[in-house]
Amino acid sequence: MIEKIEEKLRAALGENIISVKEFKDQVIVEARRDAIVEVCRFLKEDRELEFNFLSDICGADMLNFVDSSSRKAYLAVEHDYHPEEVPTAGRFMVIYQLTSLRNRTRIRVKVRVDGDNPVCPSLTSLYPAANWYERETFDMFGITFEGHPDMRRMYMPEEYDHHPLRKDFPLMGVPGSIPLPRK
Amino acid sequence: MANSSRDKDNVAQIVRALEDKDTSAALEDPLENYMVLNMGPQHPATHGVLRLLVKLDGETVVECIPELGYLHRGYEKIAEASTYMEFIPHTDRLDYISPIANNVAYALAVEKIAGVEAPPRAQYIRVIGAELARVSSHLMAIGAMAMDVGAMTVFLWAFREREKLYDIFDLLTGVRFTTSYTRIGGVAQDLTDETKQAIGKFIDEFPHHHAEIIKMLNKNRIFLDRVVGVGAIDAETAIGLGFSGANLRGCGIEHDIRTFSPYLVYDQLSFDVITEKDGDCFARYMVRMREMLESVKIVRQALERIPQGPIKADLPKKVLPQKERVYEKMEELIHDFVIVNDGVNPDVGDVYVTTEGSKGELGFYIISDGSGHPWRMKIRSPSFCNLQALPYLVKGQMISDVVAIIGSIDPIMGEADK
Repeated sequence: MIEKIEEKLRAALGENIISVKEFKDQVIVEARRDAIVEVCRFLKEDRELEFNFLSDICGADMLNFVDSSSRKAYLAVEHDYHPEEVPTAGRFMVIYQLTSLRNRTRIRVKVRVDGDNPVCPSLTSLYPAANWYERETFDMFGITFEGHPDMRRMYMPEEYDHHPLRKDFPLMGVPGSIPLPRK
Repeated sequence: MANSSRDKDNVAQIVRALEDKDTSAALEDPLENYMVLNMGPQHPATHGVLRLLVKLDGETVVECIPELGYLHRGYEKIAEASTYMEFIPHTDRLDYISPIANNVAYALAVEKIAGVEAPPRAQYIRVIGAELARVSSHLMAIGAMAMDVGAMTVFLWAFREREKLYDIFDLLTGVRFTTSYTRIGGVAQDLTDETKQAIGKFIDEFPHHHAEIIKMLNKNRIFLDRVVGVGAIDAETAIGLGFSGANLRGCGIEHDIRTFSPYLVYDQLSFDVITEKDGDCFARYMVRMREMLESVKIVRQALERIPQGPIKADLPKKVLPQKERVYEKMEELIHDFVIVNDGVNPDVGDVYVTTEGSKGELGFYIISDGSGHPWRMKIRSPSFCNLQALPYLVKGQMISDVVAIIGSIDPIMGEADK
């Protein structure tokens, strides 16, 4: 199955597909950010693949991601909050979980988004369900989706300044960032 | 000139409406007097803290904007700072109506990335727990929906049955509400004979009480008038908007993750995937009603076939030992210490594991960096995704139908807000 998908994707989209691999029986495609709409359109509209159901979109902050059991890198940023000092290139990932209801298969598409200008094309024209998923990702990571009809925060207050799921956002929150009601 | 012809049309419409009681006059709104109504976050029919901004033309909903986040506790952030084991109690608080189903879903996701498989007995116990949780959740959904449209009795009957289920959960897990029942690689306690008997008694009696609810509602003119044809959605739109679970099956799509990609022992148990074709509130109600009987069928089979054996996988480096043995054996004490402090260290990579939760596709997406904490954990909560279709469903409906539609899509805000 993975060979067939890889062959089809590379034939149709060529350079825009960075890698296709398998991990724990799950197919993972890494694509170029600017081509995400074409990639998903191909996956959705191809007669054989037919990934017609968008299960989820989520972001991930890969700041100082270390492939080991060392937790130092993560803990180091947790205590000092200096948003201006973090590396930017390919910092965020946006992950799309697509499902084919007919073929009973799933696929995961990932794109990398830079930290200094976190924008990503919106999938709302293709899957209406992307609307809220992208709003949630924007809320949590500050990734703006271009072409989204209603780019507001999903959970946090509209006037909130931070994006809580970024790794440089402290676990205990930023003191004073949410005004509390008067006693 | 234009105005006078519009007036003539309006007058003709009004006259038609006055002559025939089934015709209603829809006039243009010269004064632009739409009313915006704020519903929630504290409203008995919003099932928690859902806030809706509803734009009304008279009694008809023109537009609806849901506002979420009143119960946002930041579980995905908490997960990044806690070990895989520590996060299990938090999963209870997602969909707090069916906590065992969430425990199971989370444990399966972690087991997938850590390469652990629960022994058969634990898998059967998980199936029993998850299906009883589904019955409990559907009873809540139907009871609350019926109460929202005025049938108080059904709510009380449903809660009488749920009370019995809570007693069973008490026997099975030791607590009634926040169960935290699963462990990575198994379950916390064994299914005792006493619990087995209690479950057997429940599933023998339940079809009778189920039939009572059916009798009470399915030919009830008041109930049918409030739900049949209300909040209809077609299959294609439903798929596009991310509907899942009973709501999607109410549109005639046979999509159930228990058969779509079987997990646990669902492929060895026989049950039907319930679908209804109309896609309205009544169809969603009927899917839930019929699914409860399927769940009972699954529980009955599982009780018959449950094998004897261990309830936790024999993998000391990944699976927490039984507490009694920790106090007696040195190896278990060491392993307990290591797992609690350092955690299950899964492979580096990411997995997305879904289960058929009570509300729909409940998925956990985990990125692991090989340490005891997930690098990133995303909860694909079905209530959140189902709620997205709400503005579409209520558009053009009456304001009083909004409560019926919310009830029929069965959102749980603990899960939608995470």
